[in-house]
Amino acid sequence: MKKLLVYLKGYKKETILAPLFKMLEASFELFVPLVIAAIIDTGIENRDIPYIVRMALLLIVLAVIGLTCSLTAQYFSAKAAVGFAAKLKSALFAHIEALSFKEIDTLGTSTLITRMTSDVNQVQSGVNLVLRLFLRSPFIVFGAMIMAFTIDVKAALIFVVAIPLLAIVVFGIMLISIPLFKKVQGALDAVLGVTRQNLTGVRVIRAFHQEASEIDSFDEKNDKLTGLQKYVGRISALMNPVTFIIVNGAIAALIWVGAIRVDNGIISQGEVVALVNYMSQILVELVKLANLIITVTKAVACGNRIQSVFEISSSMEEGKVPMDGVAEYAVEFNNVDLCYNEGADNSLSEIDFKVKKGETVGVIGGTGSGKTSLVSLIPRFYDASRGEVIVNGINVREYSFDELRKQVGIVMQKAVLFKGTIRENLSWGKKDATDEEMWQALEAAQAKEFVEGKDGGLDFEITQGGKNLSGGQRQRLTIARALVGRPDILILDDSASALDYATDAKLRQAIANLPGTMTVFIVSQRTASIMHADKIIVLDDGQIVGMGTQDELLESCEVYKEIYNSQFKKAGEA
Amino acid sequence: MAKVRKLTKNDKSTIVKVLKYIKKYSIFLVFSVLLAAVTVACTLYVPILTGNAIDLIIEKGLVDFDGIFAIIRMMVIVILTGALAQWLMNVCNNKITYNVIRDIREEAIRKIEVLPLKYIDGHPYGDVVSRVIADVDQFADGLLMGFTQLFTGVITILGTLGFMLTVSVPITLVVVCVTPLSLFVAAYIAKNTHSMFKKQSETRGEQTTIIDEMIGNLKVVKAYSQEKEVQVRFDEVNNRLEKCSLKAIFFSSITNPSTRFVNSIVYMLVALTGAIFAVHGRLSVGKLSCMLSYANQYTKPFNEISGVVTELQNALTCAGRVMELIEEEPQVPDAEDAVNITADGSVELADVCFTYVPEQKLIENFNLSVKPGQRFAIVGPTGCGKTTLINLLMRFYDVDSGSIKVAGRDIRNITRGSLRTSYGMVLQETWLKNGTIRDNLKMGKPEATDEEMIAAAKASHAHSFIKRLPQGYDTVINEDGGSLSQGQKQLLCIARVMLCLPPMLILDEATSSIDTRTEIKIQEAFARMMKGRTSFIVAHRLSTIREADVILVMKDGKIIEQGNHEKLLAQGGFYANLYNSQFA
Repeated sequence: MKKLLVYLKGYKKETILAPLFKMLEASFELFVPLVIAAIIDTGIENRDIPYIVRMALLLIVLAVIGLTCSLTAQYFSAKAAVGFAAKLKSALFAHIEALSFKEIDTLGTSTLITRMTSDVNQVQSGVNLVLRLFLRSPFIVFGAMIMAFTIDVKAALIFVVAIPLLAIVVFGIMLISIPLFKKVQGALDAVLGVTRQNLTGVRVIRAFHQEASEIDSFDEKNDKLTGLQKYVGRISALMNPVTFIIVNGAIAALIWVGAIRVDNGIISQGEVVALVNYMSQILVELVKLANLIITVTKAVACGNRIQSVFEISSSMEEGKVPMDGVAEYAVEFNNVDLCYNEGADNSLSEIDFKVKKGETVGVIGGTGSGKTSLVSLIPRFYDASRGEVIVNGINVREYSFDELRKQVGIVMQKAVLFKGTIRENLSWGKKDATDEEMWQALEAAQAKEFVEGKDGGLDFEITQGGKNLSGGQRQRLTIARALVGRPDILILDDSASALDYATDAKLRQAIANLPGTMTVFIVSQRTASIMHADKIIVLDDGQIVGMGTQDELLESCEVYKEIYNSQFKKAGEA
Repeated sequence: MAKVRKLTKNDKSTIVKVLKYIKKYSIFLVFSVLLAAVTVACTLYVPILTGNAIDLIIEKGLVDFDGIFAIIRMMVIVILTGALAQWLMNVCNNKITYNVIRDIREEAIRKIEVLPLKYIDGHPYGDVVSRVIADVDQFADGLLMGFTQLFTGVITILGTLGFMLTVSVPITLVVVCVTPLSLFVAAYIAKNTHSMFKKQSETRGEQTTIIDEMIGNLKVVKAYSQEKEVQVRFDEVNNRLEKCSLKAIFFSSITNPSTRFVNSIVYMLVALTGAIFAVHGRLSVGKLSCMLSYANQYTKPFNEISGVVTELQNALTCAGRVMELIEEEPQVPDAEDAVNITADGSVELADVCFTYVPEQKLIENFNLSVKPGQRFAIVGPTGCGKTTLINLLMRFYDVDSGSIKVAGRDIRNITRGSLRTSYGMVLQETWLKNGTIRDNLKMGKPEATDEEMIAAAKASHAHSFIKRLPQGYDTVINEDGGSLSQGQKQLLCIARVMLCLPPMLILDEATSSIDTRTEIKIQEAFARMMKGRTSFIVAHRLSTIREADVILVMKDGKIIEQGNHEKLLAQGGFYANLYNSQFA
């Protein structure tokens, strides 16, 4: 949390002035009981009405000053908190964007989104509250006590007993109930789990006629939750009654001690009233303080989570070399190993192959065999743990990310589109692409027909996540997006899975017919998609177990034969 | 600060519904109100006692210790009674609130179990879950706050007024006339900040969308080197948000100091008039101190009440959303004369018409006659409506017209339970429930012995990998299957059906993401299961398709071709086309 405070730096003036004005306001509040005491002891005692009126005016002056101070403080603290949050968010966003794939995998994008949104908001309101209240409440508590001492030391000793007692009760109950609240949250999560399960698994549950047993399991968890809630409720319900007893007990004690002191002529009647007033002020502030501490603890926890994101830095450094197009091989892998996490098994080992410019390469293998890992190394999403990946004759580490990724177009498994028009989405592939270039790409991606059918064509508005398009349409648009940039190397990572076989075949044909010498990698589970490639790489458990054309592989590669047969097995051969 | 709005008609009907749930606990409600009255009375009596005591402390030598002692004794009793009553009131409120939401949740889950699939398919899971969890929770918070603060707040206001009147009528009038000012101030500020808040939440929404999209798909952003462009967009929204947040936060934070200021004025007026009265001997110093503390107490609930009302309205909205779910039309209940059947494997579809949306015709006049033991392969491009057929066979959806008969009986006259347990279903999306592997396997047949279960697991090639798991059959898996691979999950789903072995099967072959070896095991398990059983297979593999007795070719929700492999190939239609593009 501490390191985040740098983002408050531009708001030094505000961070100092806000609490200061709050304290000023509080000190004026502390004068009020003294004024009342003066009204009683001087005004009423001497029947001096002009004096009483003067004192009443003084009260108004105090209120006006208090209001002014408080408004100033609110303004400064809001400005500091909001400005802080804005700077923090911008920096965090930039930081997250600079993380490499490895860190994104470890952190998970949903976590990162939570950090950016709710965590930052919590921190913002935490900062705002702290600036306004963190000094005020203790100031009033101790201020009231000190004022009591100025009135009468002996009577003030009651404050010395009552304040710690109150603090123990308030914070004690908080300390006991916070872990219990966590338990309640856990029980609620269990209820949520069953509810969700009954929706996601509705078909299976009904197919097995398990509705009744699901209800039983829900009721059991629900009862447990209710029991816990009531238990915690009973404990936290103690807070108000117990503080009520302590404060009013202290008032009773003040009256008794006050009576003795007045009888001895040490203090006046008005001063007893003032003491009682100070005691009441303390109660209000302590309760505020307790709430404040809850908010601040939450904010600090959120702040720490944000800081932990800042502490993770990208594990990759980019190079600067520009790309030229003279090498013979588009892609070379020299004895490459890839290991995602230190100590874990290699995801790829000893990968070694060369691909000439303009070749089409098929990559096939079972789940977890390392197909996606292999192609991810080409645009340098990950760094090889051993060996070299060379694109156009130069190690990928030498290029700047921008340069490399402009030349390598990759279409990922998950078809992701962004909110905006089709045109805006396609321009990600090439910033200044003309309509003609876009239509060409769409045509090659087998998307022309349906885009033409949409309202507005290229200006058709895609909703968030591309929900107004079908899965196949989304996939074809992501392919078009990659094609718009006319990359030297195109990678299709199982990106035709939602297309039927006929469209898939047409797509491959169209890509092959594009002008220029594009090197294409096709990753697939289906032999049909890759059987015509110039070269097929067969992966099994992170290793190349076969490489060559379909005919060669059917001769020599057991794994390929197995995959092929499972998909083309003739009846009767089973 | 949210605006206090008027109650709508919806709110009112929600209140009536909520009251029905509370009715069961009305005895606690009565206690709660009584205890609230005791609490408030005690709280208000303390300042009077304090005032009385102060009047007995006049000056040196003029202190009535006996009187003071009696008052303090009284004070202790009042304080303890008040504290006890307050605690008991809180306990009552807790009990009512948490029991009510437990009852609501129980009713909600019972409704979920009988909702038509149409509702569940048509609503995002997150939406339904948040109605049952988050909305009910928010409702509980509001209800609890309503009980504790609204009751005591109102009683305090009335009580204070009463007590003040007994002390001094004119000063009470002063307080009553000036206090509402703070309400006006609060309402005025709320009204004027409302638009700022709206702007803030709109801009925040805009920002969240960018965060969701760009961070959620960070890999794509990086693959296209769009980091700088995205940052520019983000910063633009971020700056706008900063400006409108500052306005919204600052102007709304004016409320508290302003109402406090009004309270200070009330306090001053009480002090002034009280002191003048005291000078004229119409009020004692003790009474004045008592009035001052009342002036403070009287204004507090006013400040809180607008917050409570907003909270209550939120709670009502949330309650309304749960009630909507609870009142949702359930599926048509089983007919009264519905029978339990023993399926023999024959299915008859006659003139079946079905559609999800009236404007879009899907299945029309569909006829199919299935003899026991026949094997049907359903093929067609993605999204052609293969799952629709499954939905109809299992009666997840009812046909619009025509009929489906199982063992010669219309499925609408068969209990859903017996119909569905006559089918064994393995879907492509392998769903497993939270629990141990044993719980999952025995799902369809809880009374099965471990021996039977292991035999089924062995038959479906699942036993060997289950055995290797750390806790074997007692390994707990969560909803997404956690560390299990897709293929292993599929094997578990097969074993689950294998244990019951119903006379009819519905199988959905996985399209991808299963490695070859597991794939072969799954096919073997499928083959073993299908022996002698009527089966419907959504097929992707040539071998499965070729071995089927009948192939149903679907496109755009319609069955366009029907027959065995050779016949369809000879026809040279859609199937032949599909087949050639894949395998030629």
